[in-house]
Amino acid sequence: MSRLLTLLGRETALAWGRGGGPLVTVGFYAGVATLLPLAIGPERERLAAVATGAAWVALALASLLSLDRLFERDYEDGALDLLTLSPLPLELACAVKCLGQWIATGAPLALAAPVAAIALGAKPGLAPLILACALAGGLAFAFVGGIGAGLSLGARRGGLLTAVIVLPLFVPPVIFGGGALDAFASGLSWQAGFALLAAYAAAAVALGPLAMAAACRNALS
Amino acid sequence: MIPAPAFLANPERFMAFSRWAAPLLGVVAVACALVGLWLGFSAPPDYQQGETVRIMFIHVPAAIMSMFVYACLGVASLLALVYRHVLADCAAQAAAVLGTGFTLLALVTGSLWGRPMWGTWWVWDARLTSVLVLFLFYLAYLALRASIDDEAKAARAAAILALVGLINLPIVHFSVYWWNSLHQGSTMLTPGALAPVYAAPLYLMLLAYLAGFGSLWLVRIRGELWRRRAEAAALRAARA
Repeated sequence: MSRLLTLLGRETALAWGRGGGPLVTVGFYAGVATLLPLAIGPERERLAAVATGAAWVALALASLLSLDRLFERDYEDGALDLLTLSPLPLELACAVKCLGQWIATGAPLALAAPVAAIALGAKPGLAPLILACALAGGLAFAFVGGIGAGLSLGARRGGLLTAVIVLPLFVPPVIFGGGALDAFASGLSWQAGFALLAAYAAAAVALGPLAMAAACRNALS
Repeated sequence: MIPAPAFLANPERFMAFSRWAAPLLGVVAVACALVGLWLGFSAPPDYQQGETVRIMFIHVPAAIMSMFVYACLGVASLLALVYRHVLADCAAQAAAVLGTGFTLLALVTGSLWGRPMWGTWWVWDARLTSVLVLFLFYLAYLALRASIDDEAKAARAAAILALVGLINLPIVHFSVYWWNSLHQGSTMLTPGALAPVYAAPLYLMLLAYLAGFGSLWLVRIRGELWRRRAEAAALRAARA
């Protein structure tokens, strides 16, 4: 247990410091949210119609940013070899890595998401649901993204490849989260979408580390 | 292991089998396609869709094949990952390229059919979107395979991705349906939903696509095996 906590502390610290950490991710998110009204036009009604969806998609894109460094630095400096040799199963180590990624970038993004959505014109009443969706969705994005990051280890242009691999896998969480927000905004029941989003996140947390560990072992072999 | 792959797992037996099976399946495919197209073009125009109903004979089998080939890719990837078998990996690689082609064909013909029928090239309806996502899965597989230099590592990484995709595809399919549904339900699985004049060419064309896929698959696996043998021979010659 203490090993796990040490590893979690290391991963979170690394993710926090890695290339600017949450600052860069949230900065990118704010940048995309600023560009949107410039492209769509400043009319309030038009912006409000796409506010939640745009904030949600920008969140999915922003969570791609720091994925390419998730395994790569450890792969290059040999820390990944040490993790495979440690008594902790590699699957658990991968899960802890993704958890650290989520704490350092997913959670700050989740805090920024309601601000961005409201700035774009969403109703303030949506804020708690956006926060909850961004927290659950961020978990799914981190663990599914970890699969892409692991698979593109040792590839040329790994960061771009990670995005190409991961984006199709982001389809269900984007749909479920967007559906829940849309339903809430139009006064329908949002529970189904949120429950499906949480279920996808839970499945990603349970199954993602298996694929990540297999990918890491393959890259190290 | 299932018996057929077990029999064909021996590369010598596979080469002996595919040498005859590939051209034979090709002949079956061409024959079925000729008869199917003849029947398809001589069938009367549909009372609602008019002449454009004939796009169905190209489009529907391609859409079925796009999913069938992904299933083949998934099974081949599983066998390649578990048994580390060269032939299974060649089969996965060959299936991915063909599946991308079928998916692209389904998307393009669907778009061409949508223009006269729905009045638009593309609608964001459930079935179209899920086929588009399937296409993205194929592209991701090919991209991953192409961008890792070490062939053995690329093969295993791609196999893992194919399996992740296999688990994810039903979820994507379901989520996209949950999101929106405009497209009509499946006609082929509902008995009596399709008039025999249209059903006969449709099933013949499906048979033609299946046989054509089988033939091209075997040819591509053979080609890949030859390529690997040539590479191994070149390495041996360089060492000697």
